[in-house]
Amino acid sequence: MAQRNMSPTKCPMPSLAPDYRNKVFEEVATGYTYEMAVEEARRCLHCKNKPCVTACPVQIDIPAFIEKVANEDMEGAFEILNKQSSLPAVCGRVCPQETQCESKCVRGIKGEPVGIGRLERFVADWHREHNAEKPVPPASNGHKVAVIGAGPAGLTCAGDLARMGYKVTIYEALHVAGGVLSYGIPEFRLPKAIVNSEVDNLRALGVDIETDMVIGKVLTIDELFDDMGFEAVFIGSGAGLPRFMGIPGESLKGVYSANEFLTRINLMKAYLPDSKTPIRHGNRVAVVGGGNVAMDAARCAKRLGAEEVYIVYRRGMQELPARREEVEHAEEEGIIFKTLTNPVEVLGYNNPEDPRDPRNGEVVGMKCVEMELGEPDASGRRRPIVKEGSEFTLDIDTMIMALGTSPNPLIRSTTPGLDADRHGCIITKGEDGLTSREGVYAGGDAVTGAATVILAMGAGKNAAAAIDEYIKSKN
Amino acid sequence: MFKILKKEPLNPTVTRMVIEAPLIARKAKAGQFIILRASEDGERIPLTIAGYDREAGTVDIIFQIVGATTMELNALNEGDSLPDFVGPLGKATEIEGLKKVAIVGGGVGCAIALPVAQALHEAGAVVHSIVGFRNKDLVILEDDFNACSDRVCMMTDDGSYGQKGVVTVALEQLIQEGNEYDEVIAIGPVIMMKFVCLTTKKYNIKTVISMNPIMVDGTGMCGGCRLTVGGETKFACVDGPDFDGHLVDFDEAMKRGAMYRDFEAHKREEACNLFKKEAE
Repeated sequence: MAQRNMSPTKCPMPSLAPDYRNKVFEEVATGYTYEMAVEEARRCLHCKNKPCVTACPVQIDIPAFIEKVANEDMEGAFEILNKQSSLPAVCGRVCPQETQCESKCVRGIKGEPVGIGRLERFVADWHREHNAEKPVPPASNGHKVAVIGAGPAGLTCAGDLARMGYKVTIYEALHVAGGVLSYGIPEFRLPKAIVNSEVDNLRALGVDIETDMVIGKVLTIDELFDDMGFEAVFIGSGAGLPRFMGIPGESLKGVYSANEFLTRINLMKAYLPDSKTPIRHGNRVAVVGGGNVAMDAARCAKRLGAEEVYIVYRRGMQELPARREEVEHAEEEGIIFKTLTNPVEVLGYNNPEDPRDPRNGEVVGMKCVEMELGEPDASGRRRPIVKEGSEFTLDIDTMIMALGTSPNPLIRSTTPGLDADRHGCIITKGEDGLTSREGVYAGGDAVTGAATVILAMGAGKNAAAAIDEYIKSKN
Repeated sequence: MFKILKKEPLNPTVTRMVIEAPLIARKAKAGQFIILRASEDGERIPLTIAGYDREAGTVDIIFQIVGATTMELNALNEGDSLPDFVGPLGKATEIEGLKKVAIVGGGVGCAIALPVAQALHEAGAVVHSIVGFRNKDLVILEDDFNACSDRVCMMTDDGSYGQKGVVTVALEQLIQEGNEYDEVIAIGPVIMMKFVCLTTKKYNIKTVISMNPIMVDGTGMCGGCRLTVGGETKFACVDGPDFDGHLVDFDEAMKRGAMYRDFEAHKREEACNLFKKEAE
């Protein structure tokens, strides 16, 4: 056993300098070196009861993989990760480890927890760079399963089923696989080459991915069963329907949903100079909302050249739902936080002399009110209350609404007998994702509403096990 | 990949293509649309379905060459393939129960109005078609409209063909002659649809219009296609593209449609230069 590292702090993550990176889309965190990874791995105490594993939605054997890293067996470490996770390079980057595995780490009691996420990322990257071997498809068991949506839930479910020998077809509505990993999370946080590589591994496992297929429109779930011969269907269609505030001026030119803004940038590559998809390069941009999506949108706007980018959020800094790390990165890059602030109206340009003036209808400002925090509400967070007479105007030319999303309505509106709640979330019976229809399982944001990549993966994993049991029980 | 089986110019700026897309052809209905990309790094653009053949497994598109992407599309030939062709998206035009309908088409919008006229004709409705173009050279689909309409009013802005004037002139004439329409269906430039609605409002005739706004995904995700209908925000891609024309905020829709005008002009110029270079 190698010497234990008793440093109370994590080995810092090397990253690009803020004033360089806020102009480019290169990945911000550049990753541990080999030596850093081994050093950090030696901080793990290898607790017998493994509290970290209990807080991992896909139950990776964390101490075991870290021990392999400490002993410099990177391929062995990868094998342990890969048993539980189809997307370790993704999870190592975007999982909220601070509220999951790392929150339970014993080293975190007196100091910082072990950098589990950073190590996971290192191992996955090391494997990708050093092992060109593609996975080999297992022997087929002759059963067919359809997966709707090639996002984290669908990819995980498909990967697990394929490893058990199922013939899996994923139907994806967009022209590339990845779901939110491709259209939502920006290149500087999750390089698309990594997403593509993980997707290629699934293809190598024998998973068929059919893009440009909007299930509910081109084929219904009933047709997947009756005409195409699938024995079970997993719905991982995500939460893509953007919310707006319902305030005056939301349809002015220059008001985006974060989904549209990020899709243009990430999926359509509108940030590249030769892109054929247009994007507005605002100079004074306000992003409304305080989650990870708001941080992504703000940091993208900055990278497109905006002089001032504001995060406008109705609660305080402490209440921001975004990951701490994302908030810190945003602050370092010069994003201005206007917390305890709520927009009440978007103001547009209007030339009364000339109704044909092309500037008419352009965003020129946002009327806001200041807020203060009152008593805790049902969610346990202190309720924001408007401060009387606090109205002011923020001069902006672009506004991005990052207020959350609701489940995509296309599937539930075209599938008879599929129950959803009043928020549009598909109703499932317990952990395994079974819906109100026999043989139809669901998981991820389509069930929970907008949540995290890893929770969606956990749901995909549970559903894969349940689907396996269901098909076996029928045959 | 989706093969282009047939390509024909309908006028100098409007092209028809027949695309091999059997799954979409099986489901397509008048009023729905598709999203395509003309190249692997291309933009996603929505086009309303102009026709389909379920048996042959084909979908027709008719487009006007206005921007960089439609120029790129028009540079493709029979035998070439489109990397992406997604649909059928949006809701189909509701034609059930309609006995007598006036169809108003403007310019390339006639391509979208035609399948609706055909569907109504097949369902046994009386169809009066009013089709408007800037001049004689731009007239498209005249024979097709003649074949499915009980009456056709051809209008040109400059009077070089048919009757001189805008479509609302003909519509008002027909109404005043005593034609009682269950519904007017208008498809064309936003400004035309706005004025058709102002006309029909006077006579209190239900009017359905088809929007073709800026869109990215076409499945309800981006919200770029939102418009205000009766004071509520609607998404053209999943709630439409057809809406009750008397409730649509057309002025707002026109402004939103011009959001990327500068970018489009720039890209169009770039594309023109590129094609010129290739031709040299």
